[in-house]
Amino acid sequence: MKILIIGATSAIAIATARLYAERRDHLFLIARNAERLSDLAADLRVRGAQSVACKALNLDEVGAHAAVIAEAEAFLQHIDVALIAHGVLPDQTASATDYKHALNSITTNGLSVISLLTELAKRMQAQRSGTIAVITSVAGMRGRQPNYVYGAAKAMVSTYLQGLRGRLHEFNVHVVDIRPGLVDSPMTAQFPKGLLWSRPEVVANKIVNSVARKQHTVYAPGYWRWILLFVIAIPEALFKRMKF
Amino acid sequence: MELSGWGRFPVVSAEFVEPLDFSSLQMLLASSDPSAKLVPRGAGLSYGDSALAARVIGSRFMDNFSAIDETARTIRCGSGVSLRQLLRLCMPRGWFLPVVPGTANVSVGGAIAADVHGKNHHLDGSFCDHVLDLTLLLANGELIRCSKTSNPELFQATCGGMGLTGIIIEATLQLREVPGVFIQRRSLLAHSLRECFELFEVNSASSYSVAWLDCLARGKQQGRSVLYLGEHVDVSNKRPSQHPTRGWLTVPFDLPASLLNSYSLNLFNSAYFQAKRYAPKSDTVNSTSYFFPLDGIAHWNRLYGQRGFLQYQCLIPDDGAFEAISAILHKVSRAGKGSFLSVLKKMGAANSNLLSFPGPGYTLALDFKFEPGLFALLEELDAVVLAYGGRLYLAKDARMSEAVFKAGYPQWEKFVTLKQKIDPHGLFASQQSDRVGLTQAVR
Repeated sequence: MKILIIGATSAIAIATARLYAERRDHLFLIARNAERLSDLAADLRVRGAQSVACKALNLDEVGAHAAVIAEAEAFLQHIDVALIAHGVLPDQTASATDYKHALNSITTNGLSVISLLTELAKRMQAQRSGTIAVITSVAGMRGRQPNYVYGAAKAMVSTYLQGLRGRLHEFNVHVVDIRPGLVDSPMTAQFPKGLLWSRPEVVANKIVNSVARKQHTVYAPGYWRWILLFVIAIPEALFKRMKF
Repeated sequence: MELSGWGRFPVVSAEFVEPLDFSSLQMLLASSDPSAKLVPRGAGLSYGDSALAARVIGSRFMDNFSAIDETARTIRCGSGVSLRQLLRLCMPRGWFLPVVPGTANVSVGGAIAADVHGKNHHLDGSFCDHVLDLTLLLANGELIRCSKTSNPELFQATCGGMGLTGIIIEATLQLREVPGVFIQRRSLLAHSLRECFELFEVNSASSYSVAWLDCLARGKQQGRSVLYLGEHVDVSNKRPSQHPTRGWLTVPFDLPASLLNSYSLNLFNSAYFQAKRYAPKSDTVNSTSYFFPLDGIAHWNRLYGQRGFLQYQCLIPDDGAFEAISAILHKVSRAGKGSFLSVLKKMGAANSNLLSFPGPGYTLALDFKFEPGLFALLEELDAVVLAYGGRLYLAKDARMSEAVFKAGYPQWEKFVTLKQKIDPHGLFASQQSDRVGLTQAVR
C-alpha cells in the first residue's frame, strides 16, 4: 500500500509508520524536523518499508500544503492512506489569556489540518479511492477547563471530518476520525502517568485496524468511548464546577 | 519526578528527560551544569539504583534502527531499541539474538551497560561479546566509536560499565541464524543441591540451561530444583507466533506485601516443585515463553507490595560454589525469607570487560520483598560471597557496600583511572556508583 503520513515524527505516527513498514508498504513522510525525519526514514527501511521518502515542512505554513501533497502524490503515484497526526498541546493558561497564543495552537491543531484535508480531498476524489485518517482527541468532545483551547481545535476537525466523510462517500473515499485518550508521548511528558495512560503503540494498532476496517470514529483505546459517554452525560450545572 | 528501578526500591526524586533526537541530547549535555550528576537510563529495568541520580536521561525515543545487513546478519540501532523490537525484526528471518536475558523489555543500551547474560552463558558468553561496535557520547560532547579493536579500553569499560563512561547512542549487533523459533525444552528434577550441580555438569553441552530452585527447602531437600534445558528446534508443522508480543495479564495495583510471607512462599515453592514431578519431561515451547516467562505478566513487580523488593544475585567461582550456595540457602531458609523465583545457573568464562558480572562459576538469584531486617540477612550473605571470592551483580543491586563491591570487582581501579581520563568532572554518576565508590559521592 501507499501511505502518506503528515506529522510523521509524532509518537503515534512513528508507531503507526512502523506497523506499515513491517507490512512492506511505501511511505511518504512529512514533519518539521529534518533530522528526526531522516532517522525515521532509515528506521522504516530497516523494518521493511519498500520505499520511503520524506519532506521537512512546518505545517503551519498552509501556503506550502498544495505543493507538498503534490510531491507526495508524485512519489507514491496513488495515495491509499493519508494519516494526519501532527499537533501541539498548548499551555492552557497562556492561550486563555493571550489570543495570539490561542490562535497559534488553533492554527496548528485545527486550521492547518483543514487546509491539508482540502488538498487531500481534491486528490482522493480524483483518484476515486483511498482513506483519510486524522488523529483528533477525546478532548474535542466536551470543553474542559484545563484544555478547552486544544479541545476546541480538535472539535473543529472532528466536525469537519463528519461532513467530509459524507461528501467523499460517493467517490469511494473513506474518512476515519481517531480519538485517542491519554497517551504517554513527548507531548505529554510533563504529566504524571496513571492507570488510564496508553502507549503510542496501542493507538497505532488501533489506527491500522480502523483504516483496514473502514471504521468511522474510533477511540483509542476503546474504553474511552464509555468514559466519554459518561463525561458527556454530566449536567452542565455540575460540569462547570469541575476542574479536571 | 519520582523514579525507581524495577525493584521499586529505592525511590528518588529526579529530573528525568527523554531527548527526541541526537541534537537535543547534545544540546542538553552542552547546556547542563557539569556539577549536577547525570546517569543514562534505558528501559529502567535494573532493579536498584543503577539508573538513579539527580538527573536522568532516558533513551526511550532513541529507538530507531539505522541499518541491517542481511548477509552478515548484523543490525545497527539506537540504544533505546528494546530486545523485543529486535526480535520482531529477527525472528521472521530465522535469526535470534545470541544472548537474551530474562526479559525482552530491556533496551540495547541497558543490555550493554549491564553486559547482561542469559541461559547460554556457559557456551556463548554475555551480551557484549556479540556487540560489534558502539557509539558513545562522552562527557565533553565528543562522539566516539569503539569496539574490541578500535578504542578497546573504552569498549571494555563501557560494556558492563553501567552508563558511567558516557551515553551509548548506537550499537551494531551480531545476530545468529537458528533452526527455528521453537525451543525443545527438557525439565530435569533434582532432589537436592548436589544433584542439581551434577545435572549442570553433565548437561554442560546443552545450549540453554537454568534451574529454578526451592529456596526454602531445608535439610536433605535443600536445593531441590528443576533444571530446564533448551535447544532451538525447527517445528515446521507448527505455526510460530513470529512476533514476540506482550501478554495480556497484568498486576494492576500493588498487592499487600503481607501476602508474601514464609507460609505462602513455602506453599508456593513446594507446590511448584511437586507439580513439576508430574509435568512432561520434554516439550516444545515458543521461544518467547521459554526465555521471557514473566513478560507475560505486566507489572509483576507489584506482587511484592508498595515498598518494593530487592534481588540478590551473586556469582561464586566454581571452587567452593557448592559450599557457598549451600550456606546461602541455609541462611535464607532459616530466616524464612525468599521468593517465588530463585534461579541457579552455571556460568562460563569471563570476558575482558572491566565491570562485567559473569565469570566461571555458579550464579544464584533470589528475590526478597523489602522489609525490616532484610539488610542484616543480606549482609550475612555478602560475607559468604566474599569468603568464597564471589561478587554481586550491579544491575540487581540496591545496597551493596563499597567494600563488597571492590572485593568482587578487582578491576575497579582500572575503570576509575579510565573514567577520570574521559570524564574528569565526574558528570556521569548514579546513586549506585557513588555508593560503591566508583564515583565520588561528595565533591
